Amino acid sequence: MSAKLLEVRDLKKHFPAAGGRLVRAVEGMSFDVGRGEVLGMVGESGSGKSTAGRAVLGLIAPTSGSVRFDGQEIAGLSRRALRPFRRRMQIVFQDPYASLNPRRRVCDLIGEAMVIHRIGTSADRRDRVAALLERVGLPADAMERYPHEFSGGQRQRIGIARALAVEPDFIVADEPVSALDVSVQAQVVNLLQDLQRDLGLAILFIAHDLSVVNYISDRVAVVYLGRIMEIAPADELMRAPRHPYTRALLDAAPVPDPAARRTRAPLAGDIPSPADPPSGCVFRTRCPRAAGECAQQVPELVEVSPGHARACLRDDLC
Amino acid sequence: MAAPRSPARQLLARLLRRRLVLFALVALVVVVVAALFAPWLAPYAPGRMDIAHRLAAPAARHWLGSDEFGRDTLSRVLFGAQQSLLVGALVVVLATVLGTALGLLAGYVRRLDAPLMRLTDALMAFPDILLAIALMAGLGASMFNVVLALGIVYTPRVARIVRGAVLVLRELAFVEAAEALGAGDLRIMLVHLLPNLLSALIVQGTFIFGYAILTEAALSFLGTGVPPTTPTWGNMIATAQQYMGQADWLILVPGGAIVLVVLSLQVLGDGLRDALDPKLQRLL
Repeated sequence: MSAKLLEVRDLKKHFPAAGGRLVRAVEGMSFDVGRGEVLGMVGESGSGKSTAGRAVLGLIAPTSGSVRFDGQEIAGLSRRALRPFRRRMQIVFQDPYASLNPRRRVCDLIGEAMVIHRIGTSADRRDRVAALLERVGLPADAMERYPHEFSGGQRQRIGIARALAVEPDFIVADEPVSALDVSVQAQVVNLLQDLQRDLGLAILFIAHDLSVVNYISDRVAVVYLGRIMEIAPADELMRAPRHPYTRALLDAAPVPDPAARRTRAPLAGDIPSPADPPSGCVFRTRCPRAAGECAQQVPELVEVSPGHARACLRDDLC
Repeated sequence: MAAPRSPARQLLARLLRRRLVLFALVALVVVVVAALFAPWLAPYAPGRMDIAHRLAAPAARHWLGSDEFGRDTLSRVLFGAQQSLLVGALVVVLATVLGTALGLLAGYVRRLDAPLMRLTDALMAFPDILLAIALMAGLGASMFNVVLALGIVYTPRVARIVRGAVLVLRELAFVEAAEALGAGDLRIMLVHLLPNLLSALIVQGTFIFGYAILTEAALSFLGTGVPPTTPTWGNMIATAQQYMGQADWLILVPGGAIVLVVLSLQVLGDGLRDALDPKLQRLL
């Protein structure tokens, strides 16, 4: 793997909740993203994966922890101080409807970053918007139209073009296909993959669908209640998961083979509230292998083989 | 996908689908045209006295009668329309500009929210007319001061509505997208939030236009508004009350003009609100 572009250490984001309690959305995540690498991040709703993505970009201020982008600490920087980094890191949103201002034409939406960062003349910007539209597979006449004239998949392409306008090194893709029809999902994922390869982009790809994440990612981090449970190269995670939660997620994924046998029962119940997480290992309440010690001690993320780490106390089992 | 028709034409078509809204719009257009062309339409100058025909009932000489100095009621109502509509329009502009600025700041800049909203609460705690009278007492009677006073009276209404809309809009992902692109507060407020407030502002502006005309008339009636040398609908009614028994047209004509315009503005405002509400469209 090439040099690290992004290094996140012990990232925490707590939100104040009613009754003076804290919602621990992100509780000590550490991970790296290399240049041109795709790190997938999977987890259920409420696992803190989107919050982590936003905290990395400084769209919400992290409660504590370190985020180093290309060697420079960016956690806790003011909006003004973050501005030069905005050209280098971007975000693609989940909801292609809410993420585009309905009152602005496509050329204004995509060209906005160039206006903000004072890149080129207005003619240059038009040329660049036209090139970006072509790059993401939209017709040139899209330029003068408004977002409501496009389908969900097309809107997501507009959102991707907007993120690419500043030629970033790193993109957080926050569930970019979750809101799309299945038939359109593959097109958008393939587009992201092509762009990633051609432009050498590093991507933090957030999703709750393991199959999509494994398809596009070099490495995958599995998160649960704000913590990383397991992180490994994508194929290794699929082939040899070392954490009971990852196994449960893989078991729950549909297999396109009617003859395939289910090995284990899927997870029961819902993810606990991040305002009141279980003691010790946060996964223990739903873990088929939980033991007494799991309630006492918080498992550290420990490397079990090169590039493969997991946070589980029951090393006797897996 | 909808047929490619311009949004403005779609809006107009939806607006005029209701017969009453059409009537209101026509009435307003007639009144505005009449006010603009008052110097040509009015049979007499508004101040010209016809001493021989004082308090004359409507007849061929004075179509809508004359007042205690023999001044022509029709002419005075036409010229009064200029003043009333001008005051109303300027109040809408002033209240919208001030209210939008305050509402954007309160809604988007968190630490300004509480102080600005307490200020507007304080202003809204007074009845419109009482606050207007108090301001006029401080400022002195003139048309400019009427606009200023009523602008201040109606600013909190706009500010409240804008703040509410901004609180909703600011949570939408496109605002976060703009932040991710590096847009500053000012750019987000003016480029991203303001255009999305337009429909709310149009509706509120229409209502305020009506309220302002009504309150201006009330101020003139109470003698604290536009000085009585300039005819307005309000001060026409104020002087006419002494002759109510002998010359009821002196009250009915300007009173009717106020009712027509204010009611039409209310109907139009309601219509606009419905036409601009995307949720209601699906139901209709």
